[in-house]
Amino acid sequence: MSGQGSAARPPGGWLIKGASPLGGDPADILIADGMIIDVVSPARPGPVGGRGARTAGGAAAASADDLVVLDASGLIALPGLVDLHAHLREPGREDAETVASGTAAAALGGYTAVHAMANTEPVADTAGVVEQVWRLGRQAGHCDVRPVGAVTAGLAGRQLAELGAMAESAAGVRVFSDDGRCVSDSTIMRRALEYVKAFDGVIAQHAQEPRLTEGAQVNEGEISARLGLAGWPAVAEEAIIARDCLLAAHVGSALHVCHVSTAGSVEIIRWAKSKGWRVTAEVTPHHLMLTEDLVAGYDPVYKVNPPLRTSADVAALRAGLADGTIDCVATDHAPHPVEAKETEWAAAAFGMTGLETALRVVHAAMVETGLLDWAGVADRMSFRPAAIGRLDGAVPAGGLPGGRQPDDARHGCPLSAGSPANLVLYDPAAGGPVDPAAHASRSRNTPFAGMKLPGQVVATFLRGSPTVLDGRLTR
Amino acid sequence: MNRHLISAADLSLDDAVAILDTAEELAQVTERPIRKLPTLRGRTVVNLFYEDSTRTRISFEAAAKRLSADVINFSAKGSSVTKGESLKDTALTLQAMGADAVVIRHSASGAAHRLAAWVQGSVVNAGDGTHEHPTQALLDAFTMRRRLGRIDGLRVAIVGDILHSRVARSNVWLLRTLGADVTLVGPPTLLPVAVGSWPCSVSYDFPAVLPGSDVVMMLRVQHERMSDAYFPSVREYSRRYGLDGDRMALLPEHAIVMHPGPMNRGVEIAAGVADSVRSTIVEQVANGVAVRMAVLYLLLGGSGEER
Repeated sequence: MSGQGSAARPPGGWLIKGASPLGGDPADILIADGMIIDVVSPARPGPVGGRGARTAGGAAAASADDLVVLDASGLIALPGLVDLHAHLREPGREDAETVASGTAAAALGGYTAVHAMANTEPVADTAGVVEQVWRLGRQAGHCDVRPVGAVTAGLAGRQLAELGAMAESAAGVRVFSDDGRCVSDSTIMRRALEYVKAFDGVIAQHAQEPRLTEGAQVNEGEISARLGLAGWPAVAEEAIIARDCLLAAHVGSALHVCHVSTAGSVEIIRWAKSKGWRVTAEVTPHHLMLTEDLVAGYDPVYKVNPPLRTSADVAALRAGLADGTIDCVATDHAPHPVEAKETEWAAAAFGMTGLETALRVVHAAMVETGLLDWAGVADRMSFRPAAIGRLDGAVPAGGLPGGRQPDDARHGCPLSAGSPANLVLYDPAAGGPVDPAAHASRSRNTPFAGMKLPGQVVATFLRGSPTVLDGRLTR
Repeated sequence: MNRHLISAADLSLDDAVAILDTAEELAQVTERPIRKLPTLRGRTVVNLFYEDSTRTRISFEAAAKRLSADVINFSAKGSSVTKGESLKDTALTLQAMGADAVVIRHSASGAAHRLAAWVQGSVVNAGDGTHEHPTQALLDAFTMRRRLGRIDGLRVAIVGDILHSRVARSNVWLLRTLGADVTLVGPPTLLPVAVGSWPCSVSYDFPAVLPGSDVVMMLRVQHERMSDAYFPSVREYSRRYGLDGDRMALLPEHAIVMHPGPMNRGVEIAAGVADSVRSTIVEQVANGVAVRMAVLYLLLGGSGEER
């Protein structure tokens, strides 16, 4: 593929030739004015595109002279990816990441929207901070930033933050989380779940029973026993998830479970969903791919919370993602400066970067194993996370807070005429070792360094403009 | 032998026997009027101690000095560590000073592992968090062999806080390599959840284990465990898992009682037991110097002429 145009949206739009939408039959995708105008299958002129769009509107919208043509043969077209869980570190830890560098990493990973977690300094627990983060995202322009608001003031777990003010701010917060810490107090959790019903919010819980995980370093089991590192038992996650599912059912609200890491958690969520309760869940790429055995050398690049678990857990997480029990993949992108990891294990920070490798890891863990097809990947990395983050344009019963109208920042829409032109072109035949030095993230703490992974993001379009072309940032 | 001694689990049977045999020879040096060999003359051994452990530090210092090495003691207290210098920067400093071996004691499990990646000299783990303390296991094995004539086939009970004990871990791996049968004894709260995967037996019933034991190794109960619900009270712990005179009487005639020190007399071990003829506690200290001499000798390549 060659990008002949400048980074700016050309007047006539883009014609992406020969890409395979969701891995299906090749089609030409016509983009103009930030929207998908048409999806045309050259093999079957006329009614086209697997979704029944017609060519007439597209031909009228742009003359061939104005179009920038991209040869995308062999590439898979997916809807722009949506991350429900990233730590962009700004404000406060700009040495690790900024909104600009984190969203650049996101764009290179195929994302058009990321949720920025609230554990910044200061904490994103007021309208002012979430609006600042939101505005920094708009200025950077690599992808849409959806700030996550803290559930409790200062993440302290004692008093609700001003959730309504954040919901009605320009940032339009819908997802609330104390991520990094668990809302462990049952009454606070209940109140939070109840309160956000007023504006169609969702509480994203970091499920970690604090007393069972004091000083915890790695998954509790054979490895922790042998290495002499304090164990993080699966039950500390599962007990909170079970309680929260029951609370969400009791008050009729929406619970989202962050970074599910154990086989038992998958079972509990499957059970809760079977009851028809409003429970959703995410899994990280690293928990789909890596196991606790990597900890044996005490290299803190493998230190993450929740910790890497066993191969049986990995298998259960993959199966749960495949059957939809786990709704989506979320990166938990957690950048840290070098010195936070070049230390003894217990002193090191928890977390791994993930935005630039997520799609490739999912390709390896889910597609190459036959557990998901590309339509499934689109569902778990775009459609469903967008729906959970209230980015899919659906207007809740009773309307949006403040009587606002849905804006153009919709994500997770089908690759068909009338959708915002948020999409990623991915070369499934490419691949190679992960090179952290080439990452746009300010941090280098990827556990996949040197690992050979399939695939390569070739281009990312945000509302019709390329943020990434030829695998490189356009701005 | 490996360049480092970080984990007893890394020692092959040949390595372990070589260390014990070398220690036996070197122990005779300490019985001479002039207790010093020129073997490591001109070599530098750094004792890098992030935890207070006068006993272990002195033991390593004596071992290095009896081999004529230059010894530098680097204590975390009052050093740049308290100003926030990282382990890595300290390692690079020691590297620049030309340390041939670094003996490290650290409160973090895996610290010796990490250090080995940052220095060119040999790293000797003198205790890392709740992970391992391999020279303690070696001196324990040395003591058993001296007292009982062999290790292969010995029945060894290790009693107490296994969960947090680096001494227990190193002993489990080393004694397994040397052919002993190990039984871990303690309240279930102080045994790792996955202890079933270790190459040893587990019992919660201390008196039942004693008649079939050639060696009983008592572990220190840390004070901080007493306030965190691992057991109801010190007295109950002592009643169930302490070694007093009555329990010692359940042991076979030849059996020995060990303790890595420092002891809580009256908690895990009664004073009369600690001071009895079965007790090897003072010998263990003396043997520690010989075993650490052997480790430094073997890791640093023996005689200075080889350099």
